[in-house]
Amino acid sequence: MTSAAQALRTQRNKALPIGGDTHDIMTNSINTLNKEDAANAAREVRKRRLQAFLFVVPLLVFLVFAFVAPITTMLYRSIHNPTVANLVPDTLILLEDWSGEGMPDDSVLLQFAADMKRMANDRTSGQLADEINRALPGMSSVTKSTARALRRVEDEDIAANGATILLEANKRWAEAATWRAIRDAGPIYTSSYYLTAVDLERDRDGGIVQRDTQIYVKLYTKTLKMAVIITVLTMVLGYPLAFFMAHASSALANFLMVFVLLPFWTSLLVRTTSWIALLQAGGVVNSTLMWLGVTDEPIELLYNEFSTILAMTHILLPFMVLPLYAVMRGIDNSYMRAAISMGSSPLAAWYRIYLPMSLPGLSAGALLVFIISIGYYITPALVGGTDGQMISNIIAFHMQVSNNWELAAALGSLLLVLIVLLYWLFDRFVGTDNLKLG
Amino acid sequence: MNDVETETFLRFDNVKKSYDQKNLVVKGFDMQVKEGEFITLLGPSGSGKTTVLMMLAGFESVTSGDIVIRGKSINKTAPNKRNIGMVFQNYALFPHMSVAENLAYPLSVRKMPKAKIKERVAHYLSLVELSEFGNRRPGQLSGGQKQRVALARAMIFEPMLILMDEPLGALDKNLREQMQFEITRLHKKLGFTVIYVTHDQTEALSMSSRIAVFNDGVVQQCAPPSELYERPINAFVADFIGENNFIPGKITSVRDGKATVHTDGGDVVTQVSEGLPASGSCRVSIRPEKLFIHPTTHAHDNALKVRFTTRIYVGDFIRYYFALPDGTDIIVKVLNDLSAPEFEEGEEAQLLWLATDCIAFA
Repeated sequence: MTSAAQALRTQRNKALPIGGDTHDIMTNSINTLNKEDAANAAREVRKRRLQAFLFVVPLLVFLVFAFVAPITTMLYRSIHNPTVANLVPDTLILLEDWSGEGMPDDSVLLQFAADMKRMANDRTSGQLADEINRALPGMSSVTKSTARALRRVEDEDIAANGATILLEANKRWAEAATWRAIRDAGPIYTSSYYLTAVDLERDRDGGIVQRDTQIYVKLYTKTLKMAVIITVLTMVLGYPLAFFMAHASSALANFLMVFVLLPFWTSLLVRTTSWIALLQAGGVVNSTLMWLGVTDEPIELLYNEFSTILAMTHILLPFMVLPLYAVMRGIDNSYMRAAISMGSSPLAAWYRIYLPMSLPGLSAGALLVFIISIGYYITPALVGGTDGQMISNIIAFHMQVSNNWELAAALGSLLLVLIVLLYWLFDRFVGTDNLKLG
Repeated sequence: MNDVETETFLRFDNVKKSYDQKNLVVKGFDMQVKEGEFITLLGPSGSGKTTVLMMLAGFESVTSGDIVIRGKSINKTAPNKRNIGMVFQNYALFPHMSVAENLAYPLSVRKMPKAKIKERVAHYLSLVELSEFGNRRPGQLSGGQKQRVALARAMIFEPMLILMDEPLGALDKNLREQMQFEITRLHKKLGFTVIYVTHDQTEALSMSSRIAVFNDGVVQQCAPPSELYERPINAFVADFIGENNFIPGKITSVRDGKATVHTDGGDVVTQVSEGLPASGSCRVSIRPEKLFIHPTTHAHDNALKVRFTTRIYVGDFIRYYFALPDGTDIIVKVLNDLSAPEFEEGEEAQLLWLATDCIAFA
């Protein structure tokens, strides 16, 4: 080693500790923020958060008004029914002392007669008639006629012998069942609509029993069954189509995509009506079958479960094909080829390689179709007849025809719970992170 | 002829392929491959090399001709019965299976007993130096690791032939070189036959026993790398493999396999390509690294007068750009040492080289 190099080395060795210290100080001051830096960084983060929030504000406002508020109202409505409590509050207070057996006291009847007269003049007796009638069929006309009878009676007369007048107006006021119906309709918060929605009711002692007529549970089951059938059908029809499209040339795939999307572009009513034209007794299908001699008289194709499932499968098919296609488009040919080159038969390769890889699309499509079909309304209403009705048709019936909004709300809430439950199950067993919607 | 027949492992017999029933993508492909050879199909994209590979794997049908393995035509054999391993550019590792499950797949398809599968998978994992990674998903591996798994998966069922379709195309330069080394190592160790498709000529030159250069559906030349580089059969190969200068000129005489060509920068003596006419115009091809700038201590028998245009500093070497009087660019590569000369723009210079280092093409 030359003396110059030696000198350089000793110098470097001397300088090293100092250099090391400087290095430590440097890294410290580089890696930590001073106060001003920290304030700047925090402001930056706040600004970005605010920006992100502003982006979603319009949707948030819309959702609160169009989604959160109505659903909350619906949930509330299904347990909240103040009509009777508002109409005959004093009668209800007096009825609290009644045992529920035999006739209530005359004071109750007196108070009720006075309430009836007031309602007759306010023209609110109809509301009460509806409410009592729900618990006790036939009471609507009784209540209305009684109200008419009491309208002209003087207040003094009612105060003196209101009970007699009431009993003369209709003898059903002498039955304990009538008064029980009024008393039971009294509470502002009630579970009775939910009980009705699952075909249950409270008996006289407050126990929960089955109702005589079983409607809703059966309807829920049927709705689920139909949704499952429709989902399976769209899978069976959609999977091969999506597979073919995903592996066709893009020109052919785009052409086929038009056919898949065609149902989206035509009005729902037109599509459904065209099914009516096809399936009705004198429709295309039946006349062809009769012309071919397959059958002598028209087969019942329309206004039943069959037509509902058929039409809904047609309408919901794009919801299955689109996510499937999107996922399959991303699966390169080479996976299947690799599996086949390793000795797997094409079918086995599909089952062990392609199917698991396309599962996110399949489950997304299935979930979409299933959830949409569970709550589907228009198609069953148009082509379902009585046989093909689904739960949403009954909900609509209670809102539009029977005017029982509370029951409709209870049925709707149960449907919501059912969907959330199914989604939870799906998440448990398939996993939502496995979903791919586009 | 009989000897060749027994030695030949894989043979392409006038294989043609058309997709649209009008145009041929592969126009009469002939090749004979010996067992254990590393054959590369090299060519620009759309030259038909991948189509040949797909026909060999069975994913594309053969329009006419024959593909023969060990004397038996496999044209009608289903792809899953061909026992050919394949490595893809995108690795094609099954994302829902672990690395070990990926490797076990071809074995489980063959109904091998579980214990034996486990043993074999462990062996091949150690072979590609990924023993610790058996339980990982492909998504958790780096590109190079994925490619090694794909390689192991193609080898694990001991196929008679392994096809590789641009397997290193998705890797960056450093990894690519590592993997080239890795593939060569495994090939030497296990001795399988490889048909390798690439458009990267350095890859082809550094790995192959023989390279078939494709262009426009036809094999231009099929030869070992050094021969391909030193003795290209035509201008396309000369241009496609490595860098090349083409000096236009007129043939004045051809004698004893040497031609004298008159160019703009002076007369040069060159080797003759097959089918070169005795007169008329031609192009003399010469590699940039075979040219020397006057003065030089290297042996030379040709000289060309040129003008300096510019030089580019690359690092390990320097690229000089010269121009002939007619405007033709000439590139010279000079090692970056003290002898690399400096020029003024437009300065005259003289390029020197050996007649054996250049070839005249028609």
